[in-house]
Amino acid sequence: MGFRFDLLLLFTTLVLLSTITPTVLSDVILSKVDRRIDLTSQIVRVTSTLKVENAGPDPVSEVLLTFPEIQAKDLAYLTATLNEVSLPKALGEGDSLTIDVLAVFTHALRPFPEEITQADIQLVLFQDTAHYLSPYAVKVQSLTVKLPKARIETYTKLENTNIHGSDIKYGPYENLPPFSYAPIAVHFETNQPFAVAQELVREIEISHWGNVQVTEHYNVVHQGAKSKGEFSRLDFQARPHLRGASALRNLVAKLPPRAHSIYYRDEIGNISTSNVWGDPKKTELVIEPRYPLFGGWRTTFTIGYGLPLQDFLFGLEGKRFLNFSFGSPINDLITDNLIVKVVLPEGSNDISISTPFPVKQGQETKISHLDVAGRPVVVLEKTNVVPEHNQYFQVYYRFNKLSMLREPFMLISGFFILFVSCILYMHVDMSISKSSPSYLAKLQWDEVRATIQQVVSIINQCLSKHERLEASLHDLSRTGDVQACKTARKTADSLFKEYSKELKPLLSFLQSSPQATQILPKVEELVAKEKELQERLIAKHSTIVDCYEKKIGGRELENRVASHQQKVVALKQEVDDLLDYIEEI
Amino acid sequence: MAVTKTEPINGSTTKSSAPPSTSMPLKSDLLSILSLKSLRLKTKQQELLIRVSILCLVYVLAFITRLFSVLRYESMIHEFDPYFNYRTTLFLTQKGFYEFWNWFDSESWYPLGRIIGGTLYPGLMVTAAMMYWGLRFLRFAVHIREVCVLTAPFFASNTTLVAYFFGKEIWDTGAGLVAAVLIAICPGYISRSVAGSYDNEGVAIFALLLTFYLFVKAVNTGSLAWGLASAFGYFYMVSAWGGYVFIINLIPLYVLALLITGRYSMRLYVAYNCMYVLGMLLAMQIRFVGFQHVQSGEHMAAMGVFFLMQVFYFLDWVKHLLNDKKLFEAFLRITVTCAVGVGAIALGVGTASGYISPWSGRFYSLLDPTYAKDHIPIIASVSEHQPTAWSSFMFDFHILLFLFPAGLYFCFKRLSDATIFIVMYGLTSMYFAGVMVRLILVATPAVCLISAIAVSATIKNLTMLLRTKSKVSQTGSTKGTGGGKTSSKAMLDQSQPFQRNGAIALLFGAFYLLSRYAIHCTWVTSEAYSSPSIVLAARGAHGNRVIFDDYREAYYWLRQNTPPDAKVMSWWDYGYQITAMGNRTVIVDNNTWNNTHIATVGRAMSSYEDEAYEIMRSLDVDYVLVVFGGVTGYSSDDINKFLWMVRIGGGVFPVIKEPDYLVNGEYRVDKVCSPPRV
Repeated sequence: MGFRFDLLLLFTTLVLLSTITPTVLSDVILSKVDRRIDLTSQIVRVTSTLKVENAGPDPVSEVLLTFPEIQAKDLAYLTATLNEVSLPKALGEGDSLTIDVLAVFTHALRPFPEEITQADIQLVLFQDTAHYLSPYAVKVQSLTVKLPKARIETYTKLENTNIHGSDIKYGPYENLPPFSYAPIAVHFETNQPFAVAQELVREIEISHWGNVQVTEHYNVVHQGAKSKGEFSRLDFQARPHLRGASALRNLVAKLPPRAHSIYYRDEIGNISTSNVWGDPKKTELVIEPRYPLFGGWRTTFTIGYGLPLQDFLFGLEGKRFLNFSFGSPINDLITDNLIVKVVLPEGSNDISISTPFPVKQGQETKISHLDVAGRPVVVLEKTNVVPEHNQYFQVYYRFNKLSMLREPFMLISGFFILFVSCILYMHVDMSISKSSPSYLAKLQWDEVRATIQQVVSIINQCLSKHERLEASLHDLSRTGDVQACKTARKTADSLFKEYSKELKPLLSFLQSSPQATQILPKVEELVAKEKELQERLIAKHSTIVDCYEKKIGGRELENRVASHQQKVVALKQEVDDLLDYIEEI
Repeated sequence: MAVTKTEPINGSTTKSSAPPSTSMPLKSDLLSILSLKSLRLKTKQQELLIRVSILCLVYVLAFITRLFSVLRYESMIHEFDPYFNYRTTLFLTQKGFYEFWNWFDSESWYPLGRIIGGTLYPGLMVTAAMMYWGLRFLRFAVHIREVCVLTAPFFASNTTLVAYFFGKEIWDTGAGLVAAVLIAICPGYISRSVAGSYDNEGVAIFALLLTFYLFVKAVNTGSLAWGLASAFGYFYMVSAWGGYVFIINLIPLYVLALLITGRYSMRLYVAYNCMYVLGMLLAMQIRFVGFQHVQSGEHMAAMGVFFLMQVFYFLDWVKHLLNDKKLFEAFLRITVTCAVGVGAIALGVGTASGYISPWSGRFYSLLDPTYAKDHIPIIASVSEHQPTAWSSFMFDFHILLFLFPAGLYFCFKRLSDATIFIVMYGLTSMYFAGVMVRLILVATPAVCLISAIAVSATIKNLTMLLRTKSKVSQTGSTKGTGGGKTSSKAMLDQSQPFQRNGAIALLFGAFYLLSRYAIHCTWVTSEAYSSPSIVLAARGAHGNRVIFDDYREAYYWLRQNTPPDAKVMSWWDYGYQITAMGNRTVIVDNNTWNNTHIATVGRAMSSYEDEAYEIMRSLDVDYVLVVFGGVTGYSSDDINKFLWMVRIGGGVFPVIKEPDYLVNGEYRVDKVCSPPRV
């Protein structure tokens, strides 16, 4: 494919000096040239098939392609392919070769008249040469101009000009000398909107958590015939094809398959007029601007979508690379100035880029969620971009998987610090004056409360022991095992003693503390009642055990116990109430 | 605590139950009793846990119930004024505080311009900018719009917390919790604090309630620290909303009421003086308020009460010194007459010399609802300044409307300094809510708090009844295991036969009412208060959702396709939106500070085309924005507002006469349209 590279290289030199002297030329002739110009959209595509023959004795390794100066500045994209790849590098004498050349021009259609009203149709003018402009002699050539299926206002009539439907055919012309030039102009109706993005910023952000987020900021102008006079919404809605035929109503974007979380908005909010269709091969997004764009009107908007990471990110020899398409996904859109930013994850290094065509490169950093150093951003810039530029480019970089965990870790530690500081705040004594009376009172009150809690817990333990005793009585009534009952009694007795010993210092503390004066009577009452309850219970217990030992049964036993029982229940109620009351404090 | 307690018991259980192998069921019985006991020991902690989790849930609820608008539409700024606030916040975050403070905006009120820094309450913008900067500092790359949209719900959540503490202060924790729940979903408050409603009120209600809470706390404790806190709360309120006038009039009124009812105390003296002096000094730092705080008629009540407090204190001191009662009474008479006389003279002289400015029109229209209609049509023309209809009370308060008097009853039954405050707050704000629709907002916290007292007190009483009964029956049953004698206790139950059932029925009734309230609130929020009013949604013929986004379409067209220095004339309603979304200069906007200018626009709108053209040329207008809703059936378009243009225009230019635009006293826009309409 070395040949093709030569061609491209040469072509660029030629464009730069388009009035080239014929002296450098070799004996190449073009035996057949077939040109087709497609004018159906705002992007002019010229497909040429050239049959190149070497008529001279010297081998030829270069072929020059030329374009008229007025077109050269609009040239956006050019590619030439050889049909016979197997040919040797250089053309020998008499050899021939067929080359397909595709040249794409932007801004080549000039609206004429330049201003129209809402009701007018849009007419444009296209200028070219009927004869193929070439530094070589051309034996046979023809030109087909394909127009949209609409009115043709005028076109230049030369010899051999035919019109078939919406195609204008010039030629065939034979044996024309080098640099022959026959200007033609075609004036025709086209209501294709001339959507031009004056600036497009595409931001591709990679997240190794599985997402590629694409955000595209458009600044779109309708560069057709400028609108003059007034715009009537009513007319536009009532008769859309007559009133505002050339208005830009919608744009269609072909997004990659499995695109998700698609949004479409601008500076002042979401734009509700959009639709998405998805199938396994692509996702089609139809967006309508807020208002129909007439000639000269502009709008800005942003579309964004997420893509699965595994479709675009691949690994290669320890490096990772992103494989992504360069241009805008919107159909038939010319981009005057395209900026592609690839935001790599924080901590990426060793970044390199490979693009299928030359672009301006740069680097910057972007600070996003939870970033400390910022994420490295690769910036690619290119002017005059057409859909043909939608080719894949690659960004290679190295990234350590462990740094993915940094951000969650930051979040976790943030919350951790928050809770720890809360705990610290609750436990650290922040008061300024350690000797102020209110502070001391607070300390004392805390102590009193702690003591009361201790008292309450001891009482509760006693109560649970009471229940144990009751249970042992219950057991006794079923099994008649007096001995077990007695041991239960013994353990209970010793525990009660222990408890009362524990209670003593607590109560004396409460009596001495000035803060406890209000609560003290209640606590003392509680302790006294509990003691009484305890005594009653023990009395009841011993009565029952006695009765069992003496084999006194039934009614007699019940009679003896009854008085105890009533008292116990009443006391229990009182103790419970007191406990509730004290716990409320 | 609990652990140390249960351990020895468990140990002894195994010991005692080891010999008899048949006691397995008993053991499990015991264990269950033990666990119950250990649970009961932690009642306090349990209660705390429940309270904190309820508060957390309410906090979240208050936030998410306001997100309907984001879900239904999008994260966008609503209505008219919020657009101005958003624009200024944007400016603040981009240019910094000093630029913002000195901002002269040439994009509005062309050709006069507006000194933004000196004519707005910066609290809201500064709050949002602080949150934005804080989040940025914490490395959350949020957009300022998201911060602005969520400011109101965030502050609504904070309001629930304040309501809880306030309720706790005036009644008990139960009332505080109920108040938090009620205010979290009360439509009267939600109407101004849904996500996207980025308006002063969203922050101000929080500040209002906070100030009141801190002041009541200061009065209850007599602590200088709380007084200081309430002064700062007041400062925040002043920085956020013009409604601070309500605070600075209500608090003196409350103090006066306490003085009259003989509840004067040192606590009150400390709280009020600290709050007033510091609050005044702080409030004067806000440029829009400045010296008005000591000069204008609306603030005079506070100053009068301040001096009255000093007189009272002085009298107290004299009384303390003088033992002779007669002498003191004579002295009292002289002092009071002197004080009143000096005060009246000072007021008279101040007013006459123009040092004390008279009450503003808005203030007048609050006291006299018919005032605005006769004198200031521009205030009367705003729909939210209309007197409130009964239906909107019902709509915004629902059952609270009935609970409010009940709560007042409970408050009067247990009068204290705090309950007197809430009663006065409730009654005055209820009156104002009746005068102007938008002031329902101010009444909402009071209504919620008072209703919460009613609900909480009622439910507490009912559950008390239930609990005493159940406790008796419980002890009865435990005793049943021992002897089986419950008859004596059962006798007690029969003393009031239907009490228990009645209590249960009433509890269910209360539960039903409260759940109806919750349902109503959710419905109102989702149906009525969550529309941004810029984007309209309707149901199409097939039940699909149709969105009318024509406003933004127009504004965006202006923004993109007109020269950057173009001047746009429209009725003042759309001014803020055009400057914020269209980014173009407007002639008049919602600030309405210059009535003549608005009248000029009104005149231009209501004149014949050729005259109007002359007026517009003299105003240097490039574009005119008029809204016509005839095609889609949108009712609040410019034709609907046209009569107000005529009235306001006619108020300044007598050439415009309202009867010229009417046919047989009726306003019509069809074939029999009156001649001057073009």
